[in-house]
Amino acid sequence: MNAEEGHHLLYQMQLIRRFEEKSAEQYTKAKIRGFLHLYIGEEAVAVGVIQSLADEDKILSTYREHGHAIARGVDTKKIMAEMYGKQEGCSLGRGGSMHFFDTKKNFYGGNAIVSGHLPMAVGMALASKKQNKKNITCCFFGEGAAAEGEFHEAMNLAALWQVPLLMVCENNQYAMGTALKYTHSILELEKKGMAYGIDTVAVDGMDLNAVINAANKAVAKIKETGKPYFLVCNTYRFRAHSMFDAELYRDKGEVEEWKKRDPITTFKKYLLLEKLTTEQELSIIETRIESEVQEAVDFAEVGTWEPIENLTKFVYSQ
Amino acid sequence: MTYREALKQGIREALHADGRVFLIGEDVGRYGGAFAVSKGLLQEFGEDRIMDVPLSESGFVGAGIGAAIAGMKPIVELMTVNFSLLAMDQIVNNAATLLHMSGGQINVPVVIRIGCGIGRQLAAQHSHSWEPLFAHIPGLIVLSVGTHEDARYMLAEALKSPDPVIVFEYTSMLNSEKEIPANITQVDISKTKVRRVGKDISLITYGTGVYKCMDAANELAAMGIDVEVVDLRVLRPLDEETILASVSKTHRALIVEDAWKSVSISSEISARIMEKIFYDLDAPVLRLSGVEVPIPYPVHLEEASVPQKNDIINAVKKILNHD
Ligand SMILES: Cc1ncc(C[n+]2csc(CCOP(=O)(O)OP(=O)(O)O)c2C)c(N)n1
Repeated sequence: MNAEEGHHLLYQMQLIRRFEEKSAEQYTKAKIRGFLHLYIGEEAVAVGVIQSLADEDKILSTYREHGHAIARGVDTKKIMAEMYGKQEGCSLGRGGSMHFFDTKKNFYGGNAIVSGHLPMAVGMALASKKQNKKNITCCFFGEGAAAEGEFHEAMNLAALWQVPLLMVCENNQYAMGTALKYTHSILELEKKGMAYGIDTVAVDGMDLNAVINAANKAVAKIKETGKPYFLVCNTYRFRAHSMFDAELYRDKGEVEEWKKRDPITTFKKYLLLEKLTTEQELSIIETRIESEVQEAVDFAEVGTWEPIENLTKFVYSQ
Repeated sequence: MTYREALKQGIREALHADGRVFLIGEDVGRYGGAFAVSKGLLQEFGEDRIMDVPLSESGFVGAGIGAAIAGMKPIVELMTVNFSLLAMDQIVNNAATLLHMSGGQINVPVVIRIGCGIGRQLAAQHSHSWEPLFAHIPGLIVLSVGTHEDARYMLAEALKSPDPVIVFEYTSMLNSEKEIPANITQVDISKTKVRRVGKDISLITYGTGVYKCMDAANELAAMGIDVEVVDLRVLRPLDEETILASVSKTHRALIVEDAWKSVSISSEISARIMEKIFYDLDAPVLRLSGVEVPIPYPVHLEEASVPQKNDIINAVKKILNHD
């Protein structure tokens, strides 16, 4: 990793963090409504995995997708406008926080039925295979999702059909308020990949370098073999599940313990230690992010509402 | 009492009344319920009676059905109607079917509570009014909790049913406060309820439509229009007698629902009025239903997707040629 690459990765993680802190603020001001699920604490996963992908590789994510969309390069202005419900948003304002789509960036949501996008991801990878395309599909989901039948069906189909699919399980330890041990009979999620004969690796998702290494290997393997790969990233969400969560199910102490492993702090330390950056450069990045986030808010503020006459537009293709 | 508290008291009472009753669903325990309906129940009743489950809708709804067949009285909770689709196979192919298919040998006394409705800006995968999907299925009893008294007392009756009961609860109503009249301690889940007696027109509705129609009726009363409000409550099997009696009396009907219009509850009721009491009508039956779109996120589009109080008032005036 050179200094420029290091800075870009740090910039992405911090942009996600700052953008989401701002989103939470805008939520309390009632500018953003509905459900808002923050990714804070998990940034190394999205950034580490997505840097391994090529632009033509397709990405599907969940309702906790702000980080993935930002790492993929979806315009933060359009993302904020989407959360405001403005028609300048990446989904015309119709989806809000849970439903970002930007097909120009090969970003296919923003899917809020837990595990519902997994079979679709298999199909998108199957299409690449049938069309002899070189691109792969990358699908993010939580450990809670891995309890759904659709996860198991998707894994089996992916292995059976040998499709170029990267399945990324973001194990943040909780599905809403239900801890891993109340959700899975076997806590080592990587065993689920092995059960389907899929190459599987588990990695420390709080460590950007570890995620990068694992993801690069996984993507290289998929591109070489055309087969699926299962990557488990063990991580933690620092914030509540959504803005409707009193966090009755976990101790503050546990959260504080995990915060000691903040992926951004860890990566900054690494850059400084390796002399890939300086305190001054770090503050330049922060200033740049601050203004980018503010621009996104300004853009969303002056955005416009989709006319009510358009309500039924796009129920069917024109 | 809030609608949320009414639901919770209903569940508590059921758990106290019968040791076979248990609550099973995602985040009903440690999280306190996705919408805080079951908050505190885990502490009160313990893990055996308040069961958190993995994200496995087909799995735990199916397990609830199995437990009911084998002698338990499960209350299965599905957070949001959108997720119920993952369990539709269990509900339709098993719960609704087994009694008939087994020649009367297997009863399925399961109660499935489903959070439902529009109005919290939760967008297209978390907000719909899909009662008609379930009301289509023979073998199911489908209830809609449109008032606080029903929130409080419907569950106890549902648990007495030998057949599967689907109970729709409306997330947008959880915080609303209303007195429950002290003389009401029981409700009849086989009967539609006339909530307001009137002579000029029958407003037939269910779910979130009930209070909306009551409000509209009050405003219309000030204009000299005397509206009868009919809360269906039971969407399957329909209490045709009560519905038709009301329309025969008022000679006019407006049916109001949030659900999509085509192949809906209102289509069914309208057809039955036409089939059975056409000659009692003084005006064509009209319907106000949801616009046929996946529910969008922004508030102005969400509101435009379902009938609002003013739409109801205007439609009533139109039917009565009143300006
Ligand atoms: C099919 C379905 N069931 C339930 C929900 C409600 N729900 C939304 S997120 C969530 C927890 C998911 O946990 P996990 O997959 O671990 O992802 P995380 O939210 O932790 O990122 C639940 C229960 C849903 N959206 N879809």
